[in-house]
Amino acid sequence: MLQSAESQDRLNDFVIKLANVNGTGSASANSLLMKSIFRMGIPVMGKNYFPSNIQGLPTWYEIRVTRDGYVARSGRVDIMVAMNAETYAKDLKEVSPGGYLIYDSTWPRPALLKREDITILGIPLARMCNETFQGGRARILLKNIMYAGALAALLDIELDVMRALLGESYGKKQALLDSNIKALEIGYAYAKEHFSCPLPLRVARMDKTSNHIMIDGNTAAALGCLYAGATVGVWYPITPSPSLMDAFKSFCQKWRVDPETGKRNYVIVQAEDELAAIGAVLGASWNGARAFTPTSGPGISLMNEFIGLAYYAEIPAVIFDVQRVGPSTGMPTRTQQCDILLAAYASHGDTRHVLLFPSNPEECFYLSVQAFDLAERLQTPVFVMTDLDIGMNDWMCPTLKWDDNYRPDRGKVLDKEQIEQLERFYRFFDKDGDGIPYRTLPGVHPKGAYFTRGSGHNQYGGYTEDSTEYQIVVDRLKRKFETAKQLVPSAVFESRNSHDIGIVSIGSCDGAVREALDLLERRGVHADYMRVRAFPFGQEVEEFLAQHSLIFVVEQNRDAQFRSLLTLETAVDKAKLRSILHYSGLPMASTVIVDGILAEVGAPGKLKAVSR
Amino acid sequence: MSFIAKPKVTHPSLPKNELGLTRREYEGAMSTLCAGCGHDSVTAAITEAVWALSIRPEKVVKLSGIGCSSKTTAYFVSGGHGFNSVHGRMPSIATGAIAANKDLYYIGVSGDGDTLSIGFGQFAHAIRRNINMLYIIENNGVYGLTKGQFSASADIGTKAKRGEENVQPPIDPVVAAITLGATFVARSFSGDKEQLVPLIQAGLKHKGFALIDVLSPCVTFNDHEGSTKSYAYVRDRYDEVVDADFVPPAKEITAQYAAGEVLPVTMHDGSRILLRKLDPSYDPTRRGKAYNYIRDRLAQGEYVTGLLYIDQKSPEFHRVNETTDVPINQLPYEALSPGSGGLAKIMGRYR
Repeated sequence: MLQSAESQDRLNDFVIKLANVNGTGSASANSLLMKSIFRMGIPVMGKNYFPSNIQGLPTWYEIRVTRDGYVARSGRVDIMVAMNAETYAKDLKEVSPGGYLIYDSTWPRPALLKREDITILGIPLARMCNETFQGGRARILLKNIMYAGALAALLDIELDVMRALLGESYGKKQALLDSNIKALEIGYAYAKEHFSCPLPLRVARMDKTSNHIMIDGNTAAALGCLYAGATVGVWYPITPSPSLMDAFKSFCQKWRVDPETGKRNYVIVQAEDELAAIGAVLGASWNGARAFTPTSGPGISLMNEFIGLAYYAEIPAVIFDVQRVGPSTGMPTRTQQCDILLAAYASHGDTRHVLLFPSNPEECFYLSVQAFDLAERLQTPVFVMTDLDIGMNDWMCPTLKWDDNYRPDRGKVLDKEQIEQLERFYRFFDKDGDGIPYRTLPGVHPKGAYFTRGSGHNQYGGYTEDSTEYQIVVDRLKRKFETAKQLVPSAVFESRNSHDIGIVSIGSCDGAVREALDLLERRGVHADYMRVRAFPFGQEVEEFLAQHSLIFVVEQNRDAQFRSLLTLETAVDKAKLRSILHYSGLPMASTVIVDGILAEVGAPGKLKAVSR
Repeated sequence: MSFIAKPKVTHPSLPKNELGLTRREYEGAMSTLCAGCGHDSVTAAITEAVWALSIRPEKVVKLSGIGCSSKTTAYFVSGGHGFNSVHGRMPSIATGAIAANKDLYYIGVSGDGDTLSIGFGQFAHAIRRNINMLYIIENNGVYGLTKGQFSASADIGTKAKRGEENVQPPIDPVVAAITLGATFVARSFSGDKEQLVPLIQAGLKHKGFALIDVLSPCVTFNDHEGSTKSYAYVRDRYDEVVDADFVPPAKEITAQYAAGEVLPVTMHDGSRILLRKLDPSYDPTRRGKAYNYIRDRLAQGEYVTGLLYIDQKSPEFHRVNETTDVPINQLPYEALSPGSGGLAKIMGRYR
């Protein structure tokens, strides 16, 4: 076999895609593969493309081995493990030239389904499973572990690392562990015997994953809630958000239960719907607890009325929108950034809301903590806008750290002594000139009592239908939103010394954009990058937009919602903005951005926008 | 509405409760409802009950949705926080507020429009969770603020002010609450303060969801001939089957009752409700029997009133959730964060 420079070039740099049938236990085998590579110190990306189904529909898992640490999809498939007969023809087509396809050769494939430009490897997985294991279910499950074993041989994944991981998963279930190890070894031995192992595409140990973890964004966000001191979580199950509350619950069971009494320092309520979920969050926040709800687009649609109340009555709330494909029910198990405008202006009347845009699980953790501080400081709902890609896929992130000096910012809440000293308490009065009034909690002092209402109120807290009194309050709310600009996390920048081309993006596009910057640079195109982390936009966003003459706005929806928000809420000249839109429902690949920008700026040297 | 604002002066001879506070200190803003509105009588009864129980005003939390009845939370106990939320969704606000602080008294005031239509789901789930609150429905069978449309509690055959006859069957909140598993269900009439005040006191002391459906006629849109929710009709057709008298802790029972006539129910704080069965065949501790009895009487066009069902054993929301004894909005941050050491341990799982 050729050990050419080209094959050397693919060391720790290729993509495996696994085509499976939902509900056959493939997820554990696929994450075993990914985690083994991670434990070998090699940066890795894993994406799960699963159906809205419990059993039977096709599902794919994509593992990118990425020595350079790129966390987005590359747009290629070098090795396809085609375990689903139903999608075989499509999966075969997707393999990049020079790649490999592995299939279960227990049943021969039709002669028509062939490709000359790739290598097809057959492994009789079902036959070997049937010969070795008893029971239909065990045979189906272990077939997956068997292909993982074969891949270990083909790719040079260390078998001991895989054994150790299986040991961690099945530690106390010896019989299960034994059969898994056996399946792994049978697959490994078969590949060793029948193929020239390893393939030119292979892995070799590195040291680039120490001080890193593999974690999904929903779990990281739940950790953020735990560390922010959230005590009330209310939710209604909606894909792709439930794992956030599942994780919060399991962290609370471990860390928030009194070991002696068994009593809980938290309350989790599974509500009857999203309307009740946000209602209970408002009730709890109004009463001085840190409260949150995880949901997705359809849930936000339902919550709109309460969100408007929270805005106008100035009640803190933290809402996680794990975005999925819309409109309507859309594709619940696919990813998009399609709720930006919905969240920014949620509810009837003049409303604007604070949005945070984490780009990966690490930021889900830190920005979740900040979301609670902002919600209480600003006395308003704060949305943490993640998506299915961030929320449900395992991402490689730096190990999360915690500063023990952190104390929650509970905002302007008057305590008993402060209320005692007041002559009278005015709930909506702008004493400090920053648009943020003072609030009191129930049960503290009769002088602090006020009437919270979504109907017209004056700055003292009384009911009003007087035009001037009404306007004083809504104008102050506008000032409060100005104050928010200085408090929200600022944008992050990557400068490539271009004064012409800028790329602006948000959230989970980040990995694809960063890789695209490198790929473009190799083509002689230099672009500066700004990743916006919050709405309202700060001064730094205005400046970046002003400084660049051609700006590509990269986002994951059809209608360029983020670009719309930029044009509505900044002074940017609309004519400078170009959209790069990706809305297939799959996570974004860098190729979309590279192709989009090259199509606009053409070959290097053609445009003045292209760098020196 | 009445335009005469009452001066906030306290005459030294006004009676004081155990906290040394007079009834005036439990009043609220001036009512903006129509003169003669049944709801104002309910407001007065709540004021009286909270005063008599000597509850500190700031320990009272008043919650409501949208509608005439929901406005009334501004008209009593101005020393307690009020929350006038959105239509029908007060139970969820209450759920969250109660989750945050279990040590306050929560009074929800709603109407038949608010509770039995858009709010029916939240009402049912508040009962299901047995959240510790008093939930009063001021039931008049009609939408007042939008000028007289039928509500979901309007009876078949009842006539609107402009003559239209209702043809759909009503949803009865008492029957619904009993079937949903409510632990305290009462019905009363806004014109019967004697009956209403002790019921409110008992409801406030009940650990769990206490419903009082108060027939509270709408003087403007539903008090005419042909209406089944008019003062005249209700007065004529309401029948108290279980009289409830409230006796605070440490107070002696002074009234004389014949043996077997009275069923004392001891509340969690030692206070007692003395249930006097006016119909000997009725049993307010048997859910199925109570349900059948109320249904049968309703079918005859009669409103059975009094404390109709009580269950002191079913655990309320916080007991079910095994929440800590300290209200969770008062837990120090140190009790909530696992700290950097905890995070390092947690991180081990994600290597």
